[in-house]
Amino acid sequence: MSLQIIRPSQTYDVCVVGSGAGGGMAAKVLCEAGADVVMLEAGPMWDSAKDSRMMSWSYDSPRRGGATRAKPFGEFDGCIGGWEIDGEPYTMAPDTTFDWFRARMLGGRTNHWGRISLRFGPDDFKRRSLDGLGDDWPIGYEDLKPYFDKLDRLVGIFGSMEGLPNDPDGVFLPPPKPRCYELLIKQAADRLGIRCISSRLSILTRPFNGRPSCHYCGQCGRGCATHSNFSSPSVLLPPALATGRLRIITGAMAREVTINDSGLATGVSYVDTQDGRDYQVRARIVVLAASACESARMLLNSRSSRFPDGLANSSGTVGRFLTDSTGLTVTGHIPKMEHSVPHNEDGAGGSHLYMPWWLDNRNLDFPRGYHIELGGGRRMPSFGILGGIQRFNGVGGYGKRLKDDYRRYYAATVSFSGRGEMIPNDGSYCEIDPNVVDRFGIPVLRFHFAFSEHEIRQAKHMQDTIRGIIHEMGGTPLSPMPSREQQYGLLAGGRIIHEVGTTRMGTNPTTSVVNANCQAHDVRNLFIADGGPFVTNANKNVTWTLLALAMRTGEYIAQARNKLDL
Amino acid sequence: MKSISRRAALKLVGAAPAAAVMAWTPAEAEWAHEQSQQVRRDIAARGVTYTPKFFTPHEYAMVGVLVDLIIPRDERSGSATDAGVPEFIDFMMVDDPARQTAMRGGLALVDRLCEQRFAQRLLECSDGDRRRLLDDIAFPARAPQSLSQASAFFSSFRDLTASGFWTTQMGIADLQYQGNSFVREWNGCPQPALDKLNVKYER
Repeated sequence: MSLQIIRPSQTYDVCVVGSGAGGGMAAKVLCEAGADVVMLEAGPMWDSAKDSRMMSWSYDSPRRGGATRAKPFGEFDGCIGGWEIDGEPYTMAPDTTFDWFRARMLGGRTNHWGRISLRFGPDDFKRRSLDGLGDDWPIGYEDLKPYFDKLDRLVGIFGSMEGLPNDPDGVFLPPPKPRCYELLIKQAADRLGIRCISSRLSILTRPFNGRPSCHYCGQCGRGCATHSNFSSPSVLLPPALATGRLRIITGAMAREVTINDSGLATGVSYVDTQDGRDYQVRARIVVLAASACESARMLLNSRSSRFPDGLANSSGTVGRFLTDSTGLTVTGHIPKMEHSVPHNEDGAGGSHLYMPWWLDNRNLDFPRGYHIELGGGRRMPSFGILGGIQRFNGVGGYGKRLKDDYRRYYAATVSFSGRGEMIPNDGSYCEIDPNVVDRFGIPVLRFHFAFSEHEIRQAKHMQDTIRGIIHEMGGTPLSPMPSREQQYGLLAGGRIIHEVGTTRMGTNPTTSVVNANCQAHDVRNLFIADGGPFVTNANKNVTWTLLALAMRTGEYIAQARNKLDL
Repeated sequence: MKSISRRAALKLVGAAPAAAVMAWTPAEAEWAHEQSQQVRRDIAARGVTYTPKFFTPHEYAMVGVLVDLIIPRDERSGSATDAGVPEFIDFMMVDDPARQTAMRGGLALVDRLCEQRFAQRLLECSDGDRRRLLDDIAFPARAPQSLSQASAFFSSFRDLTASGFWTTQMGIADLQYQGNSFVREWNGCPQPALDKLNVKYER
């Protein structure tokens, strides 16, 4: 994986922009199919075996694991990047908020993501047909199912067979037993009629395809030093590199897709983040997998006399249909969990149980649904531990009694994070800011974002449900119920980091950017392999479907290439 | 120290009935005492006095008094100063300058309240007077309106003290966090933990 200077005279078969889930998968499939691939990554190399802070103690750092601007998920988190990156601004239209999370490292966000690996289900591809809102995908679950199955067998994922119609089972490794407080949650959920089942996480509960089993430190977010969970550098890039046909260029901030006189892509221009100068790679096929918004930005910045509104944008829909998952978290104090019995409760990273969507929208005042992720228990004490103790013991205080209170309330909380589906709306999109550039001189994105009544009502339902579970457990929510004016606690767009839709797929070239094979309608040797092509943003966390789709796109390109179509 | 902690903790899981988790055996209390003594010896062995980078000497002495009022030494672990909490808070002020004004102003406010009430600053006050002040500002729900700023400062200072204390080796051993280790296979939570919550594994 060494940095290699590319001479403009060399032409690769494929240039892949981005090394995360989509780029890693496209590169793996294409290299294994015999293509010479050059991959551009804006950030540096990062090797979880060496660079991860896995197994660090809070006291190994003077800030005790706390969050910083550069490390919003805590300083041991395995992501270089965040909602704010020095020298890489973005702007927002007045009165709207969208927080754009970007990773700048080999493997992108796959190094630290939650490993929640849910397949979109049959209904998720045909929502307009079902409720008249948004649009249908041009493909269905049956088109992706073989790729989901291959993906499960390639990566490894645990889960339980449930037979739920819109939450399809996969090829599962055995799930870990629930933690004791998760069983307590499940008891309450059972009484309330809320389904609570094994999580589906791409973490290995058995040795798998040469990678060792999980060692249950619960620190997947720091980047797994033993490659026991999914990340692009742990699972996708090694086989691609093993073919000898993958060249990775790090520190390469892709700027523009170049084209020739006939309107076909000829490669990518990028800025070397070290010397600040422009370079170009040439390729017969370009695959953008820089993240939904970053790929849209590249297309919009690829203007020419032939494509004055940006490349692949004859429909004017590049940047449109931007959605994120809806999200909010409520934490509750559960008296029954006080004075908890000491034991190692780290487990696999993330919750061992979750609550998939369980209701029928015909009986509700909002469309679509949400799932609930669980948290709590005996976590490693780190910065912020037991903050706001007055919320637990009712008083605050000081001295010996307070010290005993801290012991009593440690690990006596559970948290619930709702993650729901947002429906695309006309007020949510990104475009190029006419006045602002980043430190490389590249025009930046300006975001417009608004939740509609659908999402606000859904958020109220989430709040009511979660608070109901906490009360059913005999507990008390640690925060008051947010008001309607506060959109019931909905986090700002972009905070859940599931942004998709900005280069959506469709059969109609006037209303979509790419076709059912993620191939640009306007430029036949240009493909998109990130979340951009998603037509809906189901409450399933997008990565697993994104990976299956990128595998399918990669295979399509490989076949088209062999047939000399491209 | 880590191995002592794990051994003691395992013993606790294996031996203690679920309902009696908080009751310490003499051996455990002795172990905890030894833990805090070790930290004190470690600090002494370093032989250097920490020089604060943000706090003035006066402020730093106040911080030392306040953190030990919040988290005192007891039979199970040492005090906040034993755990190096003042150094931690000084670091946080430098690391996150947005916290500086509230901290400096909060300490000044505490000193002014002491002078108004006891005609001397916090450091010169008796332990009893210090506690009389804290009785008014450490309990936000019952703090008089006139002391709302002092109470808000104290709540935030208490949070910082808790972060600084419970994240040390001493604090983590006290809470008996037993993770951050390689586990060959996750077999679920032990029976006493399940019994405590009245839950069980199916089959």
